[in-house]
Amino acid sequence: MTILRLHELQVFTLKPFNIEVNNEIVFLTGASGAGKSLFLRAIADLIIHNGEAYLDEKKCSDINPVQWRKWVGFLPAESAWWGDKVGDHFSDNNNPYIPLLNLPADCLQWDVARCSTGEKQRLAIARLLAQQPKVLLLDEPTASLDPDSVKLVESLVIDYANKFNAPVLWVSHDALQIKRLCQREFKIKENEIIEVMT
Amino acid sequence: MNIISLSPFDLSMAAILVLALAFITLILKLDLASRIVIAAIRTVVQLLLIGLVLKALFAQVNLFYVAALSIFMLLVAGREVMARQQRRFGGLWGYGLGTLSMFISSFTLTIYALIVVVSTDPWYTPQYAIPLLGMMLGNTMTGVSLALDKLTTTAWQQRAVIEARLILGQDWRTAIGDITRDSVRIGMIPMINAMAAAGIVSLPGMMTGQILSGTEPLEAVKYQILIMFLITAGTGFSAIIATWIGARRLFDDRQRLRLERLS
Repeated sequence: MTILRLHELQVFTLKPFNIEVNNEIVFLTGASGAGKSLFLRAIADLIIHNGEAYLDEKKCSDINPVQWRKWVGFLPAESAWWGDKVGDHFSDNNNPYIPLLNLPADCLQWDVARCSTGEKQRLAIARLLAQQPKVLLLDEPTASLDPDSVKLVESLVIDYANKFNAPVLWVSHDALQIKRLCQREFKIKENEIIEVMT
Repeated sequence: MNIISLSPFDLSMAAILVLALAFITLILKLDLASRIVIAAIRTVVQLLLIGLVLKALFAQVNLFYVAALSIFMLLVAGREVMARQQRRFGGLWGYGLGTLSMFISSFTLTIYALIVVVSTDPWYTPQYAIPLLGMMLGNTMTGVSLALDKLTTTAWQQRAVIEARLILGQDWRTAIGDITRDSVRIGMIPMINAMAAAGIVSLPGMMTGQILSGTEPLEAVKYQILIMFLITAGTGFSAIIATWIGARRLFDDRQRLRLERLS
């Protein structure tokens, strides 16, 4: 059981924010440009921020940043690739998540340049989960996917979260998706992160 | 072999060529005439000035004067490196990074060459020290500015890639590794090419000058080889130092990419 706790976490123009996320899927919504992505990036300690994030009471600033980022699995809205082949980005040839995302076994031999946006997104999810993060921070993970792939990703994330007792923070604009999956929802409004009561 | 001394008349014969060129660009409306003339005048004045400085410096062998001129040359080279950066580090780093790495490699290697290779007495004999340092700085300047420019512009363009690698749990060195390797390579390629082409495609300027002023060709060749080796080593070391410090500076103690440190 992993617990993600944010204490007075503050970034951008947002007001300081406190939350404790257990094994649940918490949605974060709000208008574009409100600071949702920056908020996730601060938790992953990719940008300067105030306040502190804790993972099972281990303080982010006490942990080696490389270790912290392996624990805190952040999926950016757009995936980035540095090698020519898809396989250059995977340490293991038997990634268990690739078949679950309806990708063929030989996709590791593909040229990254020839993958579609949706394929890249699914590959990025498989790449992230292979690191076995303790927490998932997902920035619009299904925005570029077709309806079938959206379902695959949603059930994969739910299974992963249940199997590893991982807290999930999920940024989404898709009202139906929020309705389907959401256990708690927070909304950024006028620089404040407020819980939405349903 | 006697040196054929050039008289002011000889030089004015060469100057006529430049004036003719300026005149033709005027007729062709290339809008270059005044720039050609001003640049030519600068060449004459600057070289005469440095000639006078060197003459005074050679007349009395004094470590302090040699050091003062060396530092001046270094500072000018550092400014030049900074001016050639499209995206440079903000604040003192913009100037200090190139200057520091050139200082470390150029000065160390020049002193090494003076003491171990040429064995002049005293080791700071200005006839040897100043031209050697000048050659070193002139070339390391190019290497350092190429390497740093490549580092900062590529890091700027590839922000998403570097961050994706950090997110996946790579340390900063690995995350920017491809870029630092490329930068050092870009910084060193001109010197490697120059070594490969030396003597076949081009007669190096220093050697040409020595031969023209009466040195035996094989003596000139030996000095040229020394210079090429020194320059190559100096350029390579300073490109490595500048790239390494620069790459480190792009990240903070929490290994976050801090591109806002570039201006």
